[in-house]
Amino acid sequence: MIEIEHVTKRYGEKLAVDDLSFVVRPGIVTGFLGPNGAGKSTTMRMILGLDAPTRGSVRVNGRRYRDLAAPLHEIGALLEARAIHTGRSAANHLLAMAQTHGIPRSRVDEVIDLVGLRDVARKRAGAFSLGMGQRLGIASALLGDPRTVILDEPVNGLDPEGILWIRTLLKGLAAEGRTVFLSSHLMSEMALTAEHLVIIGRGRLIADTTVEEVVRQASLDAAVRVRTPDAAALRDALAGDGVIVESSAAGVLEVRGAPSERIGEIAAREGLVLHELTPQRASLEDAYLRLTGDAVEYHTGDGGRAAGDLELVA
Amino acid sequence: MSAPALSPAVPGRVAGPAAAGGGVTQARVVRAEWTKLWSLRSTRWSLLAAVVAQAALGIIVAAAQMSRWGSLSPHDRATFDSIDVGVGGYHLSQLAIGVLGVLVISGEYSTGMIRSSLMAAPRRLPVLWAKLGVYAAVTFVLMLVSALVSFFGVQAIVSGHHLQHGLGDPHALRAVVGTALFLTVLGALALGLGALLRNTAGGIAAFVGLMFVLPGVVALLPGSIGDSISPYLPINAAFTVATSTFDGPHHLATWTGFAVFCGYAAIVVLAAAVQLVRRDA
Ligand SMILES: Nc1ncnc2c1ncn2[C@@H]1O[C@H](COP(=O)(O)OP(=O)(O)OP(=O)(O)O)[C@@H](O)[C@H]1O
Ligand SMILES: [Mg+2]
Repeated sequence: MIEIEHVTKRYGEKLAVDDLSFVVRPGIVTGFLGPNGAGKSTTMRMILGLDAPTRGSVRVNGRRYRDLAAPLHEIGALLEARAIHTGRSAANHLLAMAQTHGIPRSRVDEVIDLVGLRDVARKRAGAFSLGMGQRLGIASALLGDPRTVILDEPVNGLDPEGILWIRTLLKGLAAEGRTVFLSSHLMSEMALTAEHLVIIGRGRLIADTTVEEVVRQASLDAAVRVRTPDAAALRDALAGDGVIVESSAAGVLEVRGAPSERIGEIAAREGLVLHELTPQRASLEDAYLRLTGDAVEYHTGDGGRAAGDLELVA
Repeated sequence: MSAPALSPAVPGRVAGPAAAGGGVTQARVVRAEWTKLWSLRSTRWSLLAAVVAQAALGIIVAAAQMSRWGSLSPHDRATFDSIDVGVGGYHLSQLAIGVLGVLVISGEYSTGMIRSSLMAAPRRLPVLWAKLGVYAAVTFVLMLVSALVSFFGVQAIVSGHHLQHGLGDPHALRAVVGTALFLTVLGALALGLGALLRNTAGGIAAFVGLMFVLPGVVALLPGSIGDSISPYLPINAAFTVATSTFDGPHHLATWTGFAVFCGYAAIVVLAAAVQLVRRDA
């Protein structure tokens, strides 16, 4: 359980986190979303006692991080920036971390195997690829077998194999009943792994909700595309009841507010011919962008979309 | 979903050590810092360089002097002191010990390792004390052994000209142990500078500036002012404990000088400690 209460963080003039409050509940994956510069990494560093809040309180399992007697057993973290000496081998890095808590050497070997670094454990961490570095960071986070794991953009810069690996790992951690708190820019990534969502922008809370709710909102906005030679008749038959019908071309209708099943049933009842009945896909990323729209700090000129939108069938 | 070749699909909940191992203690942090110190190649090389410098410089100088003893001026012969030559390797080893002292902590800031260190020991000060303790202990032992090797080596070389001293002679043991003490405190001072500045280049510049550049600057001051400040400069205060004897009033007394040097180191370390606790990592 992580409790953030009215936390504000100022770096000089810059307000990085602004009166933020939320709770990360145990036993589920909570996604932490927000555009660049929203304050995700700052919040995570405050949870881990690395940065001190200007105001407010941050508690991990009821205590300030610095008051935890054995922090590595309570919460494991993968930070955005690397936190490993490049001149030291993976094995020695983990050994030194383990020794601070009296964790036996056998556990070091265990986590090395867990993340698949056995073959390179004796090599300098500085020679590691991005993916290997992430694996080592995750090995560090899991060293103390903590109930809570927090990861700052764990898939950033990883290849598809690495992303798949992290996704599988996170699901495994959650399935074991651990609390997982992970940040990302990508709603689509979150929809695959998270159950709960905390969305922030410019340091402020925008939404504290479930993935399901965001998906529901997104699908409400979705349209069904209908191609029919009887466009006018169908339009009349569908009219009313909160149904909105638009036409982008002759013989093509975009219907909102009615699922494809109902449209098909109405057409059958009225004896209208349909050439196509396609539920359009509502993008989760669109729903997310609408939520954060005002809070994006660094707009690109054309409001460019994040790649890899997860489309979902309405 | 099939897992990539390198990795298990799901991390099995390993019957971990969970709270069983207990928490963070100063002793455990010391053990971790010991591992950290020796697991970097740069550290091992720097320490080797310090050992070789401390052990060999005096011996080389003594051998060179003895080989041309006959051609030395009477004054040079009269002022030859086999104790000073015996421990004189510190003129070289101090650089290695100082630079490594800075690196022990600045290297953690430059690589981000400090965040891991502080996450594991969030009270923070234990990390600084452990680093200081481990580095001081390693420096003292290595430099004491190296100084002894050099001391006895030099005595053996100069015995042909009956210039040798025993450890029991006045100032001899004190100079040998003093050399190790001086280098130990110098290492701590450098570590403190590294912690204070959180930057390798800055830390080394501050160390070199304070120890070796400042005396030159002070020498530019008008004679009377320079003379009254000079004995209190870190390096001049520090040398007193590592030198057999001083002529003239331009130096503090042996242990007074060393105490002043320790004072500088304490101030720097204290400032670093305050900052470590107060500032964001
Ligand atoms: N140490 C610091 N000093 C000054 N400003 C900082 C510092 N850390 C963060 N900031 C500022 O605070 C704001 C929040 O940054 P933060 O890194 O927390 O955002 P983020 O949500 O993690 O962004 P991203 O998605 O790009 O990682 C940014 O404007 C950043 O420039
Ligand atoms: Mg970030």
